Amino acid sequence: MPTKLHPALIGFTVLVFIFLVGPLIIVVGAAVSDTSYLTFPPHGLSLRWFENIFAIDAFRRTILTSLQVAVLATFVALLIGIPASYALNRYRIQLPGWLSTLFVLPVLVPELVLGFSLLKNVAYQFNAPIFLSLVVGHTILILPYVIRVISASLASFDFSVEEAAISLGSPPLKTFFTILLPNVRSGVIAAFILAFITSINDVSISIFLTGPGLSTLPIQLLAHMEQFFDPTVASVSVLLMVLTVAVMAIVERTLGLTFLAK
Amino acid sequence: MTKPLSIRNITAHYGRTLVLEDLSLEVAEGELVSLLGASGCGKTTTLRLVAGFLQPTSGAITLGGRDLTRLPAHQRDIGLVFQNYALFPHLSVADNVGFGLKQRNVTGDARTKRVNAMLERVGLDHLADRLPAALSGGQKQRVALARALVIEPPLLMFDEPLSNLDAKLRVDMRVEIRQLQRANGTTSVYVTHDQEEAFSISDRVAIMHAGRIMQLDTPENLYQRPANAFVARFVGFENLIPMKVVARDGALVTAEAAGGVRLSFGLEQFGEIPDDFVLACRADGLTVTDNLAVEGIPATLGLRTYLGRAYQYQCDTAAGALVANGPLSRVLQPGSAAKLVPVPEQCTILKPE
Ligand SMILES: Nc1ncnc2c1ncn2[C@@H]1O[C@H](COP(=O)(O)OP(=O)(O)O)[C@@H](O)[C@H]1O
Ligand SMILES: [Mg+2]
Repeated sequence: MPTKLHPALIGFTVLVFIFLVGPLIIVVGAAVSDTSYLTFPPHGLSLRWFENIFAIDAFRRTILTSLQVAVLATFVALLIGIPASYALNRYRIQLPGWLSTLFVLPVLVPELVLGFSLLKNVAYQFNAPIFLSLVVGHTILILPYVIRVISASLASFDFSVEEAAISLGSPPLKTFFTILLPNVRSGVIAAFILAFITSINDVSISIFLTGPGLSTLPIQLLAHMEQFFDPTVASVSVLLMVLTVAVMAIVERTLGLTFLAK
Repeated sequence: MTKPLSIRNITAHYGRTLVLEDLSLEVAEGELVSLLGASGCGKTTTLRLVAGFLQPTSGAITLGGRDLTRLPAHQRDIGLVFQNYALFPHLSVADNVGFGLKQRNVTGDARTKRVNAMLERVGLDHLADRLPAALSGGQKQRVALARALVIEPPLLMFDEPLSNLDAKLRVDMRVEIRQLQRANGTTSVYVTHDQEEAFSISDRVAIMHAGRIMQLDTPENLYQRPANAFVARFVGFENLIPMKVVARDGALVTAEAAGGVRLSFGLEQFGEIPDDFVLACRADGLTVTDNLAVEGIPATLGLRTYLGRAYQYQCDTAAGALVANGPLSRVLQPGSAAKLVPVPEQCTILKPE
């Protein structure tokens, strides 16, 4: 006999669901509204606010910048994060315990503080170009996630497999690419996606580092909102959402979302 | 093809901790030598040094005259079989076995042929396309064995290859390993903590303790003539009785144990007898009798257990607590007085520590 759910539990679950999904429905609704102001439920149905995103030059440029920064920062973070996670896991016994904590410490620092300190110490100090500052800032932001996710998949890797390959004549570096990487592939993909999403949605670090002439999509969205209260805000949000959901769907397809719970 | 291995005066550390101390070991061409010892005594460390995954603090390792000591691991050409199999999870059985050949630039048909022949030899030709995750423990270890053998290495090393298998399979697999090793005549070092396993398949066994080899000898000699008290205890000599020679009369030596117990020993049976020595005997080598007139160690019998072939008694004597066996034909009661008579053929004499 299947256990009967308590009505209160069902009610609570529905409430949580509405709480989670409600805002999304409102944003999507507002985005397709055929009005010149933000409203929900939508009056009429129109895709013109989506067209408007691409009609506004600043949005076109910032979408491109956001994508470039996200891709670059993700690649740099993987380039640093994969060897770092490897070293942290491979030599776990020999290394002091606090070292792996050190690598994920930036997660604990409020992003605003991180952004401000980057502005003061990197952007001003070295007079670094905005784009470079953004890539560096995002790399620092996402590196802990990359290391965490890849370490999780390395934790179940048996390093004697690597030694087996070396003993059979495969040099260590070649072994890293032919034996180790294929076995943590899903972890690398998950890290890639998580890093990409974190970067493309970031506001708190970017807001310090963007400047005249160069901005990212979420920052441009904020700027736009200060002047206009039209449904473009909602349609850009939907665009970001769709991008995020698409990327998450790929994660779900490759290894499930369980890694996020770890 | 196969080559002798020589480990000379190796000392090894993990950080500051000394793990191996001045260890030397010669393995002749085609010989199988086991390293036998409790967990943590340095067996794996020894293999890792030879394989090149660890650098010795001092000492040298040579294989067939070639100095391996500073050679990178991937150039050493040694077949390794690991306890946890260490198969490549993302490669099929055939690709696992072919991996070493690929590194040696054996390609195409030549590789396929050698892989298939090897898989056939270990009885896995029907599983060539499987992934390791879909194999049983015994099958995995056969793949690991095939992978190490197919490159025809001059030296094979096994690190507790059977300890993850169940008892019955362990016995079958060790015979199989020995047959393959014999057929190829490959010099081998085999690590185990299982005495029966080591004794059954080895030409010689090195009994290790705390980073040193306590004795290296044939299984027969180790079992019957241990060289020291540690090895004697390790191979099951329950009774080690310190004795002092009190009289020498031609071929007859009289010695005294604690509590004034006197026993006589024939030189023709024991060879040389030093003034201070330890008499070592298993329970089987110490016979319980209620005939108190014979020469032996006076004892009060304690707990009696049934062994099938004999009764075993825990005995209280002036020379300490001893374990001795008595015949099935005569059941003796706990608390009764008896004599424990050493059986010369089953006793051995050790130098004191
Ligand atoms: N990576 C390591 N770091 C520090 N100590 C180690 C390491 N590996 C092994 N040891 C220590 O070295 C000693 C010998 O280990 P090992 O050779 O693995 O023993 P065995 O294989 O005989 O069980 C043990 O005391 C063990 O704790
Ligand atoms: Mg070991």
